[in-house]
Amino acid sequence: MSAGGITAEPPVAAAPPPGGEPGRFSRYLTAAVFLAPAFIMLGVWMVYPAVYTIIRSFFGPTGFLGSWVGTDNYHTLFTSSYFTTAIKNNAIWVAVVPAFVAAIGLIFAVLTERVRWSLAFKTVVFLPIAISAFATGVTWRILYDQNPDTGAINALGRVVSDAVTPPGVLSSALPSTSTLQPHGGGLLLKTPLHPGGVALLGLTGIAPQDVPGGAKQAVKPDSQSGQINGVVWRDFKPGGGKPGVVEKGELGLPGVSIELHSSSGKVVQTAKTAADGSFAFSNVPAGTYQAGVGASTFAKPFGGYSWLGDRLITPSLLIAYIWIWAGFAMVVIAAGLSSMPRDVLEAARTDGANEWQVFRRVTVPLLAPVLTVVFITMIINVLKVFDIVFALAPESEYRNANVLAFAMWQTAFSGGGNFGVGSAIAVFIFLLVLPVLLLNVRRFRREL
Amino acid sequence: MSRRSIQAAVVLAAVIALAIVVAAVFGGTSQGAVKTGKKAAVNTAVKGKVTFDGIWTSSTGQKPFQAVIDAFHKKFPGVTVNYKPVGNNLPTVLATAVAGGHPPDMADIAQPGTIKQFANQHKLKPITYANSVLNKNFSKGWLSLGKFNGKQYAFVFKAANKSLVWYNVPAFKTAGVKPPKTFSNLLSIAKTIKASGTPAYSIGGAEGWTLTDLFENIYLRTFGVAKYNQLSAHKIKWTDSSVTTALKSMGKILGDTSNIAGGTAGALQDSFNQSVTNAFASPPKAAMVFEADFVGGVILSQTKAKPKTGFNTFVWPQITAGANAKAVEIAGDLMVTFRDTPAIRAFVKYLATPQAAAIWAKQGGFGTGNHNMSAKVYPDAITRATEAPLLTAKSVVFDMSDNQPPAFGSTAGQGEWGLFQKFLQSPSNIKSIQQQLEAAAKAAYK
Repeated sequence: MSAGGITAEPPVAAAPPPGGEPGRFSRYLTAAVFLAPAFIMLGVWMVYPAVYTIIRSFFGPTGFLGSWVGTDNYHTLFTSSYFTTAIKNNAIWVAVVPAFVAAIGLIFAVLTERVRWSLAFKTVVFLPIAISAFATGVTWRILYDQNPDTGAINALGRVVSDAVTPPGVLSSALPSTSTLQPHGGGLLLKTPLHPGGVALLGLTGIAPQDVPGGAKQAVKPDSQSGQINGVVWRDFKPGGGKPGVVEKGELGLPGVSIELHSSSGKVVQTAKTAADGSFAFSNVPAGTYQAGVGASTFAKPFGGYSWLGDRLITPSLLIAYIWIWAGFAMVVIAAGLSSMPRDVLEAARTDGANEWQVFRRVTVPLLAPVLTVVFITMIINVLKVFDIVFALAPESEYRNANVLAFAMWQTAFSGGGNFGVGSAIAVFIFLLVLPVLLLNVRRFRREL
Repeated sequence: MSRRSIQAAVVLAAVIALAIVVAAVFGGTSQGAVKTGKKAAVNTAVKGKVTFDGIWTSSTGQKPFQAVIDAFHKKFPGVTVNYKPVGNNLPTVLATAVAGGHPPDMADIAQPGTIKQFANQHKLKPITYANSVLNKNFSKGWLSLGKFNGKQYAFVFKAANKSLVWYNVPAFKTAGVKPPKTFSNLLSIAKTIKASGTPAYSIGGAEGWTLTDLFENIYLRTFGVAKYNQLSAHKIKWTDSSVTTALKSMGKILGDTSNIAGGTAGALQDSFNQSVTNAFASPPKAAMVFEADFVGGVILSQTKAKPKTGFNTFVWPQITAGANAKAVEIAGDLMVTFRDTPAIRAFVKYLATPQAAAIWAKQGGFGTGNHNMSAKVYPDAITRATEAPLLTAKSVVFDMSDNQPPAFGSTAGQGEWGLFQKFLQSPSNIKSIQQQLEAAAKAAYK
């Protein structure tokens, strides 16, 4: 705007004559009117809350003025194990997520350049970002469920595990009396047996629906010379029954493999139980023996890994989060790739560089600015990560999955009601984001 | 534009922005007070309006409460009660309204801690005018829950019985056991149930409140109302030997890992709903659930189990003999008043009558300590079984965590909830858990 030629006009504050050049004040006014919306928004939604939060962080939990606590809130932040866990976890997030997201995005972007259906592929990889983080959390929570009947990941584990070690017929069974002792995964009757002896192997903890099919009333076998007889049965009837005694209404357990151990501990014979649970070892030479149930009978079915338990919770969250953001990185990097000068790549190839060398020495350095954008975006995202933790972690693991933004919400709003410490966390997050932000602003300046 | 004119514009814009901020911050308090009912009552006909902010929304009891209001309106045609369904964030809404100087005339509050706070700030009006009705219909134990600073400020209108255990009837039949009368009996039938092939307990440990409820019932059954209330107010420390004893008893259940559905790790990831559906699935994954009367609703809506043949309930078994065995832990809604007008008085007195309670009780999902209401009013056998103990209860306590500062008593994964989850993980670690509980309580009560 040029105002050089209007100095003859008196600088009046009142409305300028229609058609005349605007006065100094009205020029300010015009500027102010145009700037006001931005300033008001900045003031109301940015500056005022930020300043208020900083001030608030030096006061107590609920009352505001008059509850000055100095830096106590910050002290709490760095000493209480609840918050230090959050800080530690946030550090893990920052260390892991941006690197993995950028790496996976880069791999996808480079590879999809060479496939025919690249658009379809990119769309699929990009889809997760279109889903709300909360929905993602709920979905992954089901995927991660420990029960293989619910959790897809553990269901896969069960297929593999059961193929390697099939579960036993009586995996939940327990001995009914203390005469049966655990022995190498199976059970062994303590009482020594001689030819003509009878072994009673009572088991409990078997639900009626888990009794092998075709089971009949258990019968206590008679002693027979030269043989060791016995019975394996569900030693339980409503009310408990008498442990160790074969009673009416108690079923034999068919198909159980029985081992006969010699006095030296070697398995000399094996047998399978009949429908009434009975078994017999014939032609047993004189000596002392022990009978027991083989380990395979009790092999436990695959119980599933506790993905959402205290040890794996943070890695599980990281995987879900990387799944969300890898698509974003891929799209940004792919855009960078498509604008890359091809002749440089061609030149490198002509000079005899192999594909890996081209990728490592040419593509990646040329992509550095784009990778920086991905890194910075992800670092900021990860510093304020909240929703995935809230939705994916079970409440019992909130403590172990804790991150700063989550701790802030919980401390200030969800029951905690401690706005002092909550504000302190907010300020701390702000301070962590600040250097990344400044870096970003400087980069913008350079690019402009 | 010159540099100076830009600077001036910036200053002007900043001033405008500041003015708006100031207006936004300080302008909120200028609204007038809400008008309330007229004072004068013509003959016996009371006239006026009552505004009521309630927790019950259309899906959680607004209808039956509106039926109560309608019945009242028939008796007092001059009084209109305007019910506003606020929902679960009622405490926050009320706190804001009270701070802003325009609370509703009445409200129902589920946290005695909040009521106490309002009473201390002199925001509530005592309801001593209703004493004769209250004394006629409620036992001293019930009325004590609404007494703060020695004055009746509130009374429990709607209550949930939390001293219950739910069991899978077929699972009990398979094991050949009967509902236990004593704690040692409970532990011994649990053994038998395990031998029958079903874990005895289903614990919804992913949500801490199920665990604190279990602890509270054990503590109440062992030490009775007086000590319970002291612990609840943090007048007894969490490192007290009574807490040790209660935790030891609790450990007998939580430490029996193979007798819990899914073991400890599974229990820590089961929500309350899952713990119920586990126990009432067919075949059952567990035989018993320790929780309040509302379990019945979950069973009916989320499983195929039928009352009596599929599921049933028994009162929390006795640990020490005498009054402690009959004490009841409840959660519930207390009626409070922020103003005192004849219209409000009439409504408060009406709510304390057995007639008012019966209107809602008939529709289910409602318990009351109004002993002049007959248990026959309850719609079905299960509700009668769960709510009848409330009518005769002499010693009643409120859910402990509702009395405590939320940071300690009711924050997911933190304070009491988080620490009881830790206890579930390692039930032998009693001493360290007690110290951590005490430290957390101390910080929250500061």
